[in-house]
Amino acid sequence: MIKIVVGPDDFDIGVETQQVAGQGGGAIASFVGQVRDDGNLASLELEHYPAMTQKALRQIAETALSEWALHAVTIVHRVGKLAVGDNIVLVVTGSDHRGAAIESCSFIMDRLKTVAPFWKKETGTDGTTKWIEERESDVAASEKWQK
Amino acid sequence: MTGSLNIIYFAWVRERLGIDQEQIALADGIETIGDIVAMLSDRGADYADIFSDVGKLRFALDQDYGLPATPIGAARELAIFPPVTGG
Repeated sequence: MIKIVVGPDDFDIGVETQQVAGQGGGAIASFVGQVRDDGNLASLELEHYPAMTQKALRQIAETALSEWALHAVTIVHRVGKLAVGDNIVLVVTGSDHRGAAIESCSFIMDRLKTVAPFWKKETGTDGTTKWIEERESDVAASEKWQK
Repeated sequence: MTGSLNIIYFAWVRERLGIDQEQIALADGIETIGDIVAMLSDRGADYADIFSDVGKLRFALDQDYGLPATPIGAARELAIFPPVTGG
C-alpha cells in the first residue's frame, strides 16, 4: 500500500505509524524532518510543482516496494509557510524485518531530497530571504543507491 | 514542427523572471530542451544571466525529468527550476 500526502497540513506521526503497522509485518521504520533552528531563521516557505510532486513521490515509493519486501509506504510532505520546529516531512515503511524497513526508509528520504520538486526559501530574523541551495552531500547520498 | 509549449518556472527562476509561466510558439529548428533554453537566453542580459548556465537548472518535460538534449516531441509542458531542496 502506498500513501502519498502533499499539502499544508501537519501530520500525526502516531496515526501514520499505526496505519502502516496495520498493513502487516512487525517492523516499522519512520523518519521525521523538521525545520531546523540555525540561529537566525524566522520562517521557511516550501514551494512545489503540484503536477509533478505526486508523480515523483509515487515513483520513489514504487521503487522502494520493488527493491525491498514492504507491506506499506507512507510519505507526507508539507508545503507553504513553516516555523522553526514544525514538521516538514514524514516517511514510514512497514516490513517483516527491520533491515528492509530501515533501509527503504533511508532510500526514500535520500531520493526525495534530490528528485521530488520542492524548494525551500528561508526568511531570516532580519527579514532577508534566501533560496536554499542543493547540497553535495545530499546528491552523494542519493547517488549511492544507484547500482 | 510547429505548435506551442507551456513553460513554467519555479523558485528563484520564477522570482527573477517575475512570471510563473508563459506560452511559446515552437518555431522550426527548436527540437530539444536545450534549444528552448538557448532561445530564452538570447532574449537579453537578464535572461542570459538566468538561462546561460544550464548546470544550475533542472528541466521536466510533462512532469518527467529531462536533459538539454531531450527532444520536446509532443510534450505540452516544460518546467524549468533550480535543483530541488525538499525534505
